[in-house]
Amino acid sequence: MSLDATQETASRTPADAKGADRAPARERLRPVPFRGGGFVHTRHRLIAPLLFVLLLILWEIGSQTGFISNIALPAPSEAAAALGDLFETGMIWKHLSASLYRLVIGWSLGSLLGIAVGLAIALFSLVRAGVAPFVSALFPIPKIALLPLFIIWFGIGEGSKVATILFGAFFPTVIATYGGVDNVDRNLIRMGQSFGLSWLSIVRKIIIPGALPAILSGFRISASIAIILLVAAEMIGAEYGIGAYILMAGALFATDQLIAGVALLSVLGLTVAWLIGRAERLLLRWRG
Amino acid sequence: MELILDHVSHSYGDVTVLDDISLSVGSREIVCIVGPSGCGKSTLLRILGGLEKPDGGAALIAGDPPSDSLNPLTYVFQDFALLPWRTVEGNVSLVLEDHGIDRARKREIIADVLARTKLTEFAHAWPRQLSGGMKQRVAIARALSVNPAAMLMDEPLSALDSQTRDLLMDDLVDLWGQVGFSACYITHNLAEAVRLGHRIVMLSRRPGRIREIVEIDIPLAERANHPEETAAIQRRLWEAMRDEARAADRELSNVA
Ligand SMILES: Nc1ncnc2c1ncn2[C@@H]1O[C@H](COP(=O)(O)OP(=O)(O)O)[C@@H](O)[C@H]1O
Ligand SMILES: [Mg+2]
Repeated sequence: MSLDATQETASRTPADAKGADRAPARERLRPVPFRGGGFVHTRHRLIAPLLFVLLLILWEIGSQTGFISNIALPAPSEAAAALGDLFETGMIWKHLSASLYRLVIGWSLGSLLGIAVGLAIALFSLVRAGVAPFVSALFPIPKIALLPLFIIWFGIGEGSKVATILFGAFFPTVIATYGGVDNVDRNLIRMGQSFGLSWLSIVRKIIIPGALPAILSGFRISASIAIILLVAAEMIGAEYGIGAYILMAGALFATDQLIAGVALLSVLGLTVAWLIGRAERLLLRWRG
Repeated sequence: MELILDHVSHSYGDVTVLDDISLSVGSREIVCIVGPSGCGKSTLLRILGGLEKPDGGAALIAGDPPSDSLNPLTYVFQDFALLPWRTVEGNVSLVLEDHGIDRARKREIIADVLARTKLTEFAHAWPRQLSGGMKQRVAIARALSVNPAAMLMDEPLSALDSQTRDLLMDDLVDLWGQVGFSACYITHNLAEAVRLGHRIVMLSRRPGRIREIVEIDIPLAERANHPEETAAIQRRLWEAMRDEARAADRELSNVA
């Protein structure tokens, strides 16, 4: 079938559409069915906020009409009022600064140590043989279970809380780092050696940048773990902090405050995820 | 400076890969090594450049490399081996950074090798933005920047399509006319060997032994004007290699 023939048929069809001899030829002309759809992500930026607002409205209506019992769940407006209280009294800054201090110190130290130990495991076979099994053995232990020990070792104050977060962030970072280094293209390392680069240059310019994507995805996990542990640690012997606030609200069955606290945590988590996303875009520009 | 393999033999476990190979690469000379796949060409090149120790014999250097050579034996890899997180310029810069060259001189070298490989306008591009041929140009620019006494090229054009390969071969010939590098050039493509080699060393199938050495005395720049002669040499080489290649193809092995 030549293209010319089809065009001819198509152009003539309107004129003698009723022509008996043309009809079958026209019937044969139809587009190839398209089968390539689906399985491709398209970005829908508005869906999530819209859905969220819709849920809030439904929830508010449910509470107002008494469909949702006030004892079971406070109305969003009440939680918002509790949040407003926090701002009015200025307590929000006390809680937030206490929590952020623990989170930032614990997570940063844990991540730095984790990267250092992860690199050591990846680069020195002796360290790998000696330390890697310990990491595997200690990683799955919930660090909250160790909190009493940490309190004995580091005191009931900031020390034990920071230590809990530090250890929580440490292990996933170690594993992400040495996994990342193991996956660096061996050919690139061989290239570095063949040009006579020093050991330190190869580590700094080839191995670490090559492991960076894995380390940054490790950060996503370790940051979430850090937030979970933050709340847990603040539930013991903390005066201020989002965790302490939530615990206090729970003890008084002030569910509006409890929801307000949980919302704060959620915002904290989103902020951290956003920051890591920014860091990824900045540091991994070369991936495009 | 001359690079010499002196009765080199090598095995992996009980598989003998190279058997008593002796050859030399003189200065300003391109020696092409051809042979069926799996016959030990890459192994030979690794031994020649000191990335691997042979079981028997030795890789030797006769004479001193030029004093301004930063890395006398420099590889060009089949898969380019560019750092994806460095731009074209950064990839060349990488191999100069450990030598304590001052900034201005470094910039000068980079500009020079990028110009020679026709990459000047791509200095700030990322490797992912480049075609295969461009990437190999960057790798060649990087190799030139350390002013090598000998380039060790392991199938540098094998990952490229045939048109790009032709273009790059022309560029290599031009480049050789300008800087007169010496090279040990591995390929399984006889057309490349006939176009670029002053001398062609043919290896047998595993264990690799030298089967034949062919000298071509038509100057590189003029080979394009002598299609009959080069085609005749290529045909003769293929006659000699065909049975080896067929047998090698039917062997069970984990060819790297
Ligand atoms: N590191 C290695 N360990 C074991 N066997 C190897 C290794 N490198 C290469 N070989 C074997 O040696 C033979 C020659 O390999 P190679 O030098 O890569 O051949 P070529 O480059 O000619 O295709 C192959 O059979 C391959 O399986
Ligand atoms: Mg090979």
